[in-house]
Amino acid sequence: MKRLIWFFCAALSAQVPYERIVNAAKDPANWLTYSGNYQGHRFSPLSQITPLNIAGMHVKWAYQFENPRTETSPIVADGVMYITAPNMAAALDARTGRELWKWNRPIPKDYQSIGFGRVNRGPAILDGQLFVATLDCYLVALDVKSGAERWSAKVEDYKPGYSMTLAPLAIKGKVLVGVSGGEAGIRGFVDAYDAASGKRAWRFYTVPAPGEPGHDSWPAGDAWKTGGGSTWVTGSYDPETNLVYWGIGNPGPDWNPDSRPGDNLYTCSLVALDGDTGAMKWHFQFTPHDSHDWDSTHVPVLYDGEVRGVKRKLVAVANRNAFYYVLDRSTGEFIAGREYAKQTWSKGLDDRGRPLVIPNTEPSAEGTAVYPNLNGATVWFSPSYSPLTNLFYVSVREIGSIYYKREASYKPGTFFAGGGEAAIPNTERTGAIRALEVSTGKLRWDFPLHTASWSGVLSTAGGVVISGSDDGNVFALDAASGKALWNFQTGGPVVSNPISFAMNGQQYIAISSDRVLYVFGL
Amino acid sequence: MLASYTNSVMAKWFFGITLAASVLAQTPDGRKIFESQCALCHGQTGTGGRGPSLHRPKLAHAADDEALAGVIAEGIPPEMPGSWQLTPREVASVAAYVRSLGAIPAEKLPGDAARGERVYQSRRCGACHIVDGKGEGFGPELSDIGARRNATHLRQVVLRPASALPEEFLYVAATTAAGTVRGIRVNEDSFFIQIKDARGQFHSFAKSELKDLKRLRGETPMPSFEGSLTAAELDDLVAYLASLKGKS
Repeated sequence: MKRLIWFFCAALSAQVPYERIVNAAKDPANWLTYSGNYQGHRFSPLSQITPLNIAGMHVKWAYQFENPRTETSPIVADGVMYITAPNMAAALDARTGRELWKWNRPIPKDYQSIGFGRVNRGPAILDGQLFVATLDCYLVALDVKSGAERWSAKVEDYKPGYSMTLAPLAIKGKVLVGVSGGEAGIRGFVDAYDAASGKRAWRFYTVPAPGEPGHDSWPAGDAWKTGGGSTWVTGSYDPETNLVYWGIGNPGPDWNPDSRPGDNLYTCSLVALDGDTGAMKWHFQFTPHDSHDWDSTHVPVLYDGEVRGVKRKLVAVANRNAFYYVLDRSTGEFIAGREYAKQTWSKGLDDRGRPLVIPNTEPSAEGTAVYPNLNGATVWFSPSYSPLTNLFYVSVREIGSIYYKREASYKPGTFFAGGGEAAIPNTERTGAIRALEVSTGKLRWDFPLHTASWSGVLSTAGGVVISGSDDGNVFALDAASGKALWNFQTGGPVVSNPISFAMNGQQYIAISSDRVLYVFGL
Repeated sequence: MLASYTNSVMAKWFFGITLAASVLAQTPDGRKIFESQCALCHGQTGTGGRGPSLHRPKLAHAADDEALAGVIAEGIPPEMPGSWQLTPREVASVAAYVRSLGAIPAEKLPGDAARGERVYQSRRCGACHIVDGKGEGFGPELSDIGARRNATHLRQVVLRPASALPEEFLYVAATTAAGTVRGIRVNEDSFFIQIKDARGQFHSFAKSELKDLKRLRGETPMPSFEGSLTAAELDDLVAYLASLKGKS
């Protein structure tokens, strides 16, 4: 009875307290945080849609955006779907797609996206507020009932190249964001803001200043000041230990590392931060001294598993550098790793997880052909972990590239890249959905795609895996075997993360394709 | 109206002077600026990436040099940023470099285009190709082939077509329970493929329904004309094809 009353109140006031997000698995009709749960699983416990009935899945409604290549991952709470686009948020009736309110913030005329598209990957919700990160680098809190702005906090100045495209992460009393701008010579950070007031609670700089631990991985001089380390993909969170896990981007300048000898910490790393203070507990660097733009900005997948007979708290990452990693999430200790996509830059990983880099694979003046290309074997779009199959599902890109090294000179608000890439002529540019054994990264099945993927993966308790392709398909695979079950041609590239929710006993799948958000059901 | 026209002419004249001056002086270096500021999206050699390839004589958003400078300076919202950091001279140098990527230099060709058109007709090239609306559409449309390919390439295609296939070209053989369809792939995604056969008919197949899909890489239905054309006929045919510039 007590539970019934609680649910009634929730439906009436659309309140999403922190505890409700912690217990997301018990609230499967809603999608309350970017990845569905704090652990980064993008797994829906809903089981109405199955391999046996999915052939009948069809479009229930659609919503059109003004911007192309929409990347938003919606939040659904108590019958309302919250979506975003660049400097825009809207609340939709989740049953019909009709708008309930819409909010816009003008994009300054002199704003420039340096090195990425004008996109937004979704909102966060906590208590009665919706949080949106804007291109011009403000974090904005909106009233979930009206869309009215409650507060906005200037995160950084957009003019030198700082921007935000990610979905914020709302934890207990705080809202966390990271920044884009790794191609503009920024110094990256993760910020936490008080959810009630918008006041900044802490900042963790991803490139340590002189005197701070890790600074000795940078040369003497000012290279660290323009060292990059963007933080443009939403992290994960362990409520039991109050640790935030956040992926860090590439060092700058991207393709000319001459001015920054050393490992360049904490670029291309995963860091574990105290949720109250932002203090770093540990870090693990996947690609030391990166020169290929292989940001480690992925959603870390937190899971508990046995290692040599002992139950441990673990974190898994399928990295842009084409290797899959399992780490102890209490200490950062490397547990396991292996290649999961085509790569030609490393002979493998040593027993501490450091890559055994093949000589002469750095960018060069005449060009160096390397797999994967600068977008990596996977990139920002989310993987999925199903606790039922114990498989890690990842969208894979298999494209190589000719990497060039050029001069790099820093000028605020311009590209600070030091080179770039060109396509390798007459080579395949394909993709795949791969299911990996979560504890080892060993391939269980592979579903080939005609084009390299830009879409994340959702797995469900009904035994299906949902994703999209750059060639316009939204499709479903059997979670156990990878067998194709269903597909729908949307007419535009699918560049987003799917979610699932339920209303009135009906399960739905939502995913954007170019300018359109589609909601599918049986 | 007149003032506006005069301004436009003046602007073109000014841009032309600026462009010419920067090319002659070779400063600033448009290529270097392109590589540091544009290549992240368009590729280091301009062959494309997130942004389109610029190795084409006609650019979709820049009909003329003035428009190209405008695109470089202002960008194409929301995807392509502008370049507020560049001076007009630097913008002009980048524009000149971009134009050079897709330029097909004027060539003095030995053949005669009018005679070449008669060779084209006598060899029944129109059975597979369309020029100005005439012919069959199995092979590529040729109405503007002279604006897209140089004479050396055209000569190579006529003599040894399999050696000069465009990267996106693929000849396929799709087999269902009803038989095999051979043709040119016109579209393909992860679940379906569309093929055009020699009669110009389109076929659409779900890949899951195919017994076999052979990708005939390096093959083409176009015959080689090596040995079947005289040297003069070849020169004339190449001159005719090179003269096909499409609608301006």
